[in-house]
Amino acid sequence: MLNLPRMPLRLNRTEMSLREKLLQLNWSLIALLAAVACIGFATLYSAAGGSLDPWALKQIIRFIVGMLIMVAVAMVDLRFWVRNAYIFYAVAAVLLLLVEVKGTIGMGAQRWIDLGFIQLQPSEIMKITLILALARYFHGATLQEIGRPLFLIPPLIMVMLPAAMVLKQPDLGTAMMLVMSAGAVFFMAGVRMWKFVLVLVSGLAAVPLAWEFLREYQKKRVLIFLNPEDDPLGAGYHITQSKIALGSGGVFGKGYMSGTQSRLNFLPEKQTDFIFTMFAEEWGMMGGLVLLTLYTMLIAFGYAIALRCRSQFGRLMAHGITTTFFLYFFINIAMVMGLVPVVGVPLPLISYGGTAMLSLLFGWGLVMSAYIHRDMPISRRGMHDD
Amino acid sequence: MYHDNDRAKLFSRRAMMLAGGKATLIVGLAARMYYLQVMEADKYAMQAEDNRITTRLLAPPRGLILDRNGIAMAINQQNYRVMVVAEQTPSLDYTLDALGKIIPIGESERARIHKEARRRRRFVPVSVRENLTWEEVARVEVNAPDLPGIMIDVGQSRYYPMESLGAHILGYVAAVSENDLTDDPLEELPGFRIGKGGVERVYDMALRGRAGTLSLEVNSVGRIHRELERKEGEPGIDLNLTLDTRLQQYAAQRLGDESAAVVVMDILTGDIVVMASTPSFDPNSFNRGLSNDEWKELTSNPRSPLTNKVIAGQFAPGSTFKLVSAIAALESRDITPDMRVLCTGHMQLGSIKFHCWKKEGHGAQDMISGLKNSCDVYFYEVARRVGFEKIAEMARRFGLGSPTGVDLPSERSGLIPDRAWKRKALKQPWHPGETLINAIGQGYVTATPIQLAVMTARIANGGYAVVPHVARDQVVEKSVHPRPPPEWPSLEVSRQSLAIVRKGMFAVSNEPGGTAYKARITQEGMWLSGKTGSAQVRRITMRERETGVKKNEQLPWKERDHALFVAYAPEENPRYSIAVVVEHGGGGSAVAAPIARDIMLEVQKRDLARGTAEADGAPEPPPDFRRF
Repeated sequence: MLNLPRMPLRLNRTEMSLREKLLQLNWSLIALLAAVACIGFATLYSAAGGSLDPWALKQIIRFIVGMLIMVAVAMVDLRFWVRNAYIFYAVAAVLLLLVEVKGTIGMGAQRWIDLGFIQLQPSEIMKITLILALARYFHGATLQEIGRPLFLIPPLIMVMLPAAMVLKQPDLGTAMMLVMSAGAVFFMAGVRMWKFVLVLVSGLAAVPLAWEFLREYQKKRVLIFLNPEDDPLGAGYHITQSKIALGSGGVFGKGYMSGTQSRLNFLPEKQTDFIFTMFAEEWGMMGGLVLLTLYTMLIAFGYAIALRCRSQFGRLMAHGITTTFFLYFFINIAMVMGLVPVVGVPLPLISYGGTAMLSLLFGWGLVMSAYIHRDMPISRRGMHDD
Repeated sequence: MYHDNDRAKLFSRRAMMLAGGKATLIVGLAARMYYLQVMEADKYAMQAEDNRITTRLLAPPRGLILDRNGIAMAINQQNYRVMVVAEQTPSLDYTLDALGKIIPIGESERARIHKEARRRRRFVPVSVRENLTWEEVARVEVNAPDLPGIMIDVGQSRYYPMESLGAHILGYVAAVSENDLTDDPLEELPGFRIGKGGVERVYDMALRGRAGTLSLEVNSVGRIHRELERKEGEPGIDLNLTLDTRLQQYAAQRLGDESAAVVVMDILTGDIVVMASTPSFDPNSFNRGLSNDEWKELTSNPRSPLTNKVIAGQFAPGSTFKLVSAIAALESRDITPDMRVLCTGHMQLGSIKFHCWKKEGHGAQDMISGLKNSCDVYFYEVARRVGFEKIAEMARRFGLGSPTGVDLPSERSGLIPDRAWKRKALKQPWHPGETLINAIGQGYVTATPIQLAVMTARIANGGYAVVPHVARDQVVEKSVHPRPPPEWPSLEVSRQSLAIVRKGMFAVSNEPGGTAYKARITQEGMWLSGKTGSAQVRRITMRERETGVKKNEQLPWKERDHALFVAYAPEENPRYSIAVVVEHGGGGSAVAAPIARDIMLEVQKRDLARGTAEADGAPEPPPDFRRF
C-alpha cells in the first residue's frame, strides 16, 4: 500500500482509548452539520412568525440530543456495528411492522408510532439500518461471490421487505429512497453494471403494472407533477405556490422573516417538506446556493471518509449513508422546485421532525465512527483482522 | 492480508462515477434555482403580489341635499349595526339566542344570517340588524361579555331630518337591484344604497362621489393581515335645491289632509320654490326597511302617498285650460277680445245640449268677462269658431301635453288630444262636440300641476318657454356649476293676446264677481291674478240636471270635482306662478283659490328671488353632517 509508511502506528491498533477517539473526531464535519442545523433553526423561527414556539426550540433540543447520540455512535468500535448490523436492521423492520399494526393515521399515511415523547417514524430509521445491514452483508464478500446471482438474493430480500412495507403505508418517497440508496450499496460493492441495467429495464417495463398499485392520491401527484398548472387550486396548488414563493424570492430574497408567500400561508407545510421554499423565498438564490454548497461539502466529506476507510464495511456504510443524505436533500429540493413529484421527503437537518433529525445524526455518527476507525482492518465476521 | 485490494480499487472507481453523478444533479438543482429565481423571477414576483394584495372599495359619503338657504334636507347619519363573526362564536345559534334576549331577532332574520354566514368565510362579519337605536347599542355593549362573536359596527345611512316634508322631491335611497347596475364599482359594495326616486335618483351619480380604495394584505384564506395603502375617495357633491323648506312646510300644512298638489315656481328662472304633494311618506322608512303591512298601506291608499302628484298626477285641467283656449283664439284672429257671446246657460250643437256651469246663464260675455266668470258657453262658441287643432297647438306651446323637463324622475306628460291622436288611440273620428268639451279642459285633456304652473308662468313672463327645475345649480356628471342666466326661447305669442288674458285673470281675482274674488290678496304690491277650475270627474245625467245638480258635499269623495287654481303674482311685474290641484276637493274658487292665495302671500312675504330672505337674517350655515 502506498500510504503504509505514513500510517501512524497507533491507529493500526485494535484498541484505542476514548481520549484518542475524541481527538480523532472530525470537527469540521461537526461544524458543517451544526451550520446546516442552524439554518434550520432560523428558518423554523421565521416560519413561526418570529417565535421559538412551536418548532424552533424543539428542533434545537432534538439537534443537541442528536449531536450527543452522534458522538456516542462515533465512539463505538466499528466492529460493534458490523456484529450487530442485522439486529439493528431486524429491530427497524419490526418497528415498521408495528406501524402497520398500530400506527396512527397522519397526513393520509400510516408512518408513526407514538412513544409519548416522540412520534417515531420507523421508515426514517430503516433508511440507516438498511445501509448498515447491506454493508455488513457485502463486507465479507469477495468479487467472485458477488458475481454469483444467488448470492444477491438475500440482500435483495433485505431491500424489498422494508420497501414493500413502506410502500404499503403508503410512502412512495421513502420506498424509492430505500431502493435507491440500497442500489448504491450494491453498486459500490461491485455488482456488475449489466445487472443494474437489467433491473432498470425490467423495472420500467413494470411501470404500467405498478401504476395500478398506486393509490389514487399518488397517481394524482404524479399526474400533477407532469402538469401542475392543470389544477392550480386543487392538488397542483402546492407546487404552483411553491414555485411562486421561490421565484418571487429572486436573487437576494425578500429578507429574513419577510417571505410574503409563507407568512400569509400560501405555502403549504412550510415547516416540514416545503421549508426550502420558505428559506429560498426569504434568502433568495444566494441563500439557496449557500445551503446547497453546505450540503455538497457534507457529501464531499462523506466521500473522503469512505475512500479513506480500510475496511469494506466502513467504505460501504460511509458511502451508503452519504448517498442517503444526498437523496434526502436532492429529492426534497427538486420536489419543491417542481423537478420531481411531491413525495414527502424532508429536507435533512432543517425540516421540522424528530425521527429524521435523530436518525440522520445517528447515520453521521456511523460515518464518523468509520472515520475514527478508518485504519482498522475488520475480519469477515467483524473481528479484528490480522 | 490485503485480499480486498481489488474491491478497494473498484470502490474508488465507482465512487468517482457516483460522485460525478451527484455533482451533476447538484448543478441541476442550482440551474433550476437560477431559472426560477432569476430568469422567471419577475413573473413569480408578480404572482406573489397578486396572491397577497386584495383591493377593497371605500364608500364615499353621499352628498348632502340642502334647500335654497342651505338647510339640510338629506344627511348622512351614523348607522349602528350588530354584526356577528361566526368564527368567534361557540355556535351561531348560541350567540343569536343570547342576542335575541336583548334585541328581537325574527325567524326570517335568523334564516338570513345563517345563509349569509354559510356563504361567507367564517371570519367575515355578517350583519344581524341595522339602524340600532342608542339604547339598543348600549344594551348590546353592556352585555358584550355574554355575546361572543358579536360586534357593533358603524356605517353611514341616509337620513331625512324633515321626514315626510319634501319627500317626493328628495326621493329615497335603497339597495342596488339588478336593473340599476352600471359600471360604477361602488355598486358592488355590500349595503351600498343608490338613489331610487326624486333628486336622489336624478343626481345619483353626482351625490355618490367616487370610491376610495383600500389595499390589504391577505393570507391564503383571505384573512386581513394589514393595511397597505388607503386612497380616500371623493365625497359626493352637496346639492342645493331651489326649494324653500319654510315655504314647503307652510304649503304642506296648508294642504293639510287633502289629497292635493301645489307647485310654485319662479316665472323667470324656472326655480321651483314649493312643490308639495299630499299625503306624503317618510323616506326614512325605506332605509329602515318597510314591513309588509306598511308597504301595503302605502301602495293601496287611494290618495297614493307615494306618487308626486305635482309631476305624476294627471288631472283634467277644467277651466284653467280656458287660458290657452283664449290665447289660441286671440292669436288666430278669428276672435276679437270684445266679441260678445250670449250665454243662456247652455249651447245647442246638433242634437246635443252643452251646459254652462251657471244654469241661468251669464248673459252677454266678452273675452275678459268670459274668463272672469269662467263662462263655459263663451268658450264653447270660441272653440266652435277656432277649432280644437289650434287650441291644442297653443296648449302644447305653453307646455301642456308633454313633460316639462323638470329634473325629477317619473314625470307624466298629460294629454292634449287632437284628431290624429283620437284616430290612433281610440280608432274613432273626432266629434264636433268634443271640441267644445276639450276647450274648457274636460273630455280627454289632462295636465299635471307642474304643467299648469309652467303654462301660467309662460303667460305671466311675456311668452317665454321657461322650464322648471329643482336643483339650484347645473350638475354636469359629477360637478356643479352655477346656472347661466336664463335665455328662454320665445313662444311667438303676441303681447296683446297675453295682455288680454292677463286682464281676464286679474278680473277673476280682483274684480267683484270674479270666480276667485273672495280669495284675493289685498296686501299692496302682492296682488295675484289667477284662474279657477273645477274639473268634473263624473257624468251629469239629464235627469240629474232636471232635479238639480248635486252639490259636491253630497257626493262620495271619489266623485267630487277636482278643485284647481292657477295664478301668478305680484300682479305688476310678476315673479311667481302657482298651480294648486285638490283632488276631489270640490270647487276651484272655494277650495283651491284660498290655498293658492295663502301660499302666494307667504311666498311674496319671503320673496326669495329678490333676495329679501337674506335680509331678515341669513340662515345659519348648515352643520357638517358628514362629520358625525
